[in-house]
Amino acid sequence: MYQAIVFLPLLGAILAGIISLVGAHARNPSGDTVDHHDDAHGDAHAHASAAHDDHAHDDHGHDDHHVAEPPAASSRAAELITTGLLFVSAALSWFALVNVGYLHEEVRHVVLLPWITSGELQVSWGLRIDTLTAVMLVVVNTVSALVHLYSIGYMDEDPYRPRFFGYLSLFTFAMLMLVTADNLVQLFFGWEGVGLASYLLIGFWYQKPSANAAAIKAFVVNRVGDFGFLLGIFAVFMLVGSVDLETIFHAAPGLTGKTIDFFGWHADALTLTCIFLFMGAMGKSAQFLLHTWLPDAMEGPTPVSALIHAATMVTAGVFMVARLSPLFELAPTAQAVVMFFGATTAFFAATIGLVQNDIKRIVAYSTCSQLGYMFVAMGAGAYSVGMFHLFTHAFFKALLFLGSGSVIYAMHHEQDIRNMGGLRHRIPYTFYVMCIGTLALTGFPVFAGFYSKDAIIEAAYAAHNPFAIYAYLLTVVAAGLTSFYSWRLIFKTFCGEPHDQKHYEAAHEAPLWMLVPIGVLAVGSFAAGFLFKEVFATPHGVEEFFRHSVTMNPHILEDMEHMPALLGYLPTVMMLLGLFVAYIFYITRPYLPVELAQQQPMLYQFLLNKWYFDELYELIFVRPAKWIGYQLWKKGDGFVIDGFGPDGVSARVLDVTRNVVKLQTGYLYHYAFAMLIGAAGLITWFMFGLGGQ
Amino acid sequence: MTWPILSVTTFLPAVGAILVYLLARSGDATADRTARWIALWTTLITFVISLILVARFDPAQSDFQFVEKASWLATGITYHMGVDGISLPLIILTTAIMPLCIIASWNAITTRVSEYMMAFLILETLMVGTFSALDLVLFYLFFEGGLIPMFLIIGVWGGPRRVYASFKFFLYTLLGSVLMLLAIMALYWNAGTTDIPTLMHTAVPRGLQTWAWLAFFASFAVKMPMWPVHTWLPDAHVEAPTAGSVILAAILLKMGGYGFLRFSLPMFPLASHDFAPFVFTLSVIAIIYTSLVALMQEDMKKLIAYSSVAHMGFVTMGIFAVTTQGVAGGMFQMISHGIVSGALFLCVGVVYDRMHTREIAAYGGLVNRMPLYALTFMVFTMANVGLPGTSGFIGEFMTLLGTFKVSLPTVVLATTGVILSAGYALWLYRKIVFGALVKPALMSMKDLTLRECVTLFPLIALTILFGVYPKPVLDMSAASVQQLVNNYNTAVTAVKAAALVTQ
Repeated sequence: MYQAIVFLPLLGAILAGIISLVGAHARNPSGDTVDHHDDAHGDAHAHASAAHDDHAHDDHGHDDHHVAEPPAASSRAAELITTGLLFVSAALSWFALVNVGYLHEEVRHVVLLPWITSGELQVSWGLRIDTLTAVMLVVVNTVSALVHLYSIGYMDEDPYRPRFFGYLSLFTFAMLMLVTADNLVQLFFGWEGVGLASYLLIGFWYQKPSANAAAIKAFVVNRVGDFGFLLGIFAVFMLVGSVDLETIFHAAPGLTGKTIDFFGWHADALTLTCIFLFMGAMGKSAQFLLHTWLPDAMEGPTPVSALIHAATMVTAGVFMVARLSPLFELAPTAQAVVMFFGATTAFFAATIGLVQNDIKRIVAYSTCSQLGYMFVAMGAGAYSVGMFHLFTHAFFKALLFLGSGSVIYAMHHEQDIRNMGGLRHRIPYTFYVMCIGTLALTGFPVFAGFYSKDAIIEAAYAAHNPFAIYAYLLTVVAAGLTSFYSWRLIFKTFCGEPHDQKHYEAAHEAPLWMLVPIGVLAVGSFAAGFLFKEVFATPHGVEEFFRHSVTMNPHILEDMEHMPALLGYLPTVMMLLGLFVAYIFYITRPYLPVELAQQQPMLYQFLLNKWYFDELYELIFVRPAKWIGYQLWKKGDGFVIDGFGPDGVSARVLDVTRNVVKLQTGYLYHYAFAMLIGAAGLITWFMFGLGGQ
Repeated sequence: MTWPILSVTTFLPAVGAILVYLLARSGDATADRTARWIALWTTLITFVISLILVARFDPAQSDFQFVEKASWLATGITYHMGVDGISLPLIILTTAIMPLCIIASWNAITTRVSEYMMAFLILETLMVGTFSALDLVLFYLFFEGGLIPMFLIIGVWGGPRRVYASFKFFLYTLLGSVLMLLAIMALYWNAGTTDIPTLMHTAVPRGLQTWAWLAFFASFAVKMPMWPVHTWLPDAHVEAPTAGSVILAAILLKMGGYGFLRFSLPMFPLASHDFAPFVFTLSVIAIIYTSLVALMQEDMKKLIAYSSVAHMGFVTMGIFAVTTQGVAGGMFQMISHGIVSGALFLCVGVVYDRMHTREIAAYGGLVNRMPLYALTFMVFTMANVGLPGTSGFIGEFMTLLGTFKVSLPTVVLATTGVILSAGYALWLYRKIVFGALVKPALMSMKDLTLRECVTLFPLIALTILFGVYPKPVLDMSAASVQQLVNNYNTAVTAVKAAALVTQ
């Protein structure tokens, strides 16, 4: 069964890939000649004329993504195959969760194949199924299946659908490999696999330069994180002699107190290792300093944003820390780092979200901020609580993205909320589900986010961590900001007067393919909180449900219950405050925000430009790298090495020959004189040389 | 075993070259076709015979197998051939890549076809000979002999600056060779033989070790190539015809790494130990320096050439870490790089044959016309980046892992190569394949032909197979690598113990 859960999406990806390749190949003939100089190759002529017909009709649409090209044959087959397989996987995943989490089935290890074997390094392909994995299986497969279904509607005008579905299924497979990994290297395989899928999907509309740039940025920034992740794996292997999770966890307690010499600094081995590993998590989960790729990733199609950049891939970092909780629990300094970055991100991303105007970017910054919350829980040692938020967040954030997708679809690919307004009359269904998503995100009582987010804020307060108070304060403030920007989005999009009459008139509700998945997610956003609170955030429930799959801080859940009641209501108060301010700003007194922006131009620009991180990185990393590269190439290789190396040597050889030629004057006495000097030198050398011995 | 299978594998291509000489020298179209077919069949049969080697090879043994010995020049200098787990994978790589090179040159080479095919066949003999020779003099002949056909391939069938490139290539390599020849003579005087297995078990005096190590290093570092003696490589690649680049990247560069594993480590363990930090430094510089340079290239082949230097940096680093994973990783990285970089040069060849330019700026949006090509190029780009699941990852990962406990700073710096390689490789891919198809010259580009698919698809299969299941290669070399590491450690610890005693 577990093999089926993981490999059915791969099967779907391969089938969709074949369909898309066959289709693409049928449209683009083979041939190694080019029209303007083909000569003798007979068969190419026929192809060439066929190719010409093709150009005629697909050269119009190149700048936007509605290419007027007929879809590949059996596109519908590709859609249905991948979606069908995903639904099977999703059903099996829920089954697995019940088995493992509630019926207490033993932890399962399925070994598939040996992978890298060399000396003591023994890595296999294997699946490890415990509660933590089962939760992730449910999240990944459920959201992925719904997103597949949604995409059938959303992508219905795109001629490259089979490729899109192939990528989506490929992504799902990689993500499943990640969550089922029973060793660090396979985890890294999944890690990079989702990175590849994300790269391909962000750049899905490859004719858009901005999409290509965003895709590369996502990959490279993630690689910065991977740099740390790899070093972390190496350090673990050096300390433990294995990369197998079970072995590592057994050996972990014995590693406390060991040190690693890191550039002359005797660092605590576990702390250093965990910080390295966390660096990987920061890249994948777009945490402060490595967050810049996530907003740009919104260049991809909206279903991709929902699946990859909200519900699943970006939570891989959170999952990784939870998976490695036995290590992090032993490294309090590393936990402090985790909490610091989590809290900072939660606040920082929320501030940027306040002023953005692109509907998807607002949701993207919100994702970034919510991921920060999850890391706060990880830093507090309340891993199950972080996983709780991951679980609920998957539903409501996927809902918000797919809802935004529905808005964008209705507005014919308009994404700027300044051009929307009043849409609630045109697309009421989307409006209501978006409201449910927003209530869940902002933590309105009874909705999913209320339970998980409040639990995180309590965990931050209760944690014995140097940054506990810092994290508590920032997450509480961020809760207010979250509420403000979320309602701002709703109000500007759905309420008030329409700002673009033409689009408004044409707006229409999406097809059923899209409405059903959003509806399911809306149910999840409402119910995922109170249904699962017991098993994710109460001491007894967690003990029963997670058992050994995470190593919790032993006291954190009890301590959370002893929080002063007044402080416990603070996040809810902040949420209401945010809602109230948003209501004032965008419903009753819409001139207020404009005035505010004019009064505080510095602050407004600072936030609008995302704290200027892109500009800063361009200045301190990208440009210097290019400059150094250019200098090394021209000056280093060209001038120094070649100049003093081969070119220089050959030039000297030529000089010497030229001089030798000059010496040959043809005058007899010159030669006689040279001979005489030579003979004298030789005699002298013999006399002194032999005399010396 | 009744027939000298190793000698047959080695000299069969030379026989093919003689056949080409005898049957296809007239230079007309028929003769050219005959030459191509003879070359193709010869390389294919050689490949099949080399597979018999694999089938009969016993990977559990660390000693040399298929040994052939015959008296030759003098006492102590014999015709001695044999393979172990370090040389066999490289031999298979050679025989497997050769037919692809012949197919890739099928239409691209139109002048002096029979000479071209002869050069390639002789080159194959020399390369296989290099990897299977077990006598220093024999090795030297094969090793240096390989220069001549390559020199000719670049110099005769190369691009506009071919004379400069081939001359640069020759000058660099010559410098190393002369020093290596001196070291070989010194070893002969020391031990009275040039037999490699004997020398591997002969303790070389400390002083001689240092000098001989340096002399061998000079030669192998140039071949590798290591920074700062790498500048011949980009020029040679740019000017060489496609198949020449493939051979250069896939096989000739591996001779340096092979030399380190065959000579430097087993024969001069103490010197290797002393010089390891030096090699680490050069490797790290190579990785960072050439990756940065690769970021700025405007020529496709140059970019890939610089990335080759960076990848070879991982190999030298892993080898001189002398841990099981480091050496096995270096070995694997050589095979993987042979497949991947060879394939990347074939990919460049595909568009070069159509457009006759390698300038990156001349391309863009090829995916709109060439979906198969886009897929192929993507696979190799990702392998070049070292994505897990492709063979590129295994080598990089193992070398870094193996070096970590030996020298942490080296690994921290070398791992930045992971970031930089993503930068240049994806940038190249984007500029060539992605984007809208707007350049008028590219409008009539057509996708891969069957012939091109035949050269590229087997390499895709290998890249992914070895990425998911590298066991065949790792197992083949495991015993020999383990023995190499053990002998090295024994030698080094013995000296350390002796040093302690004398203190």
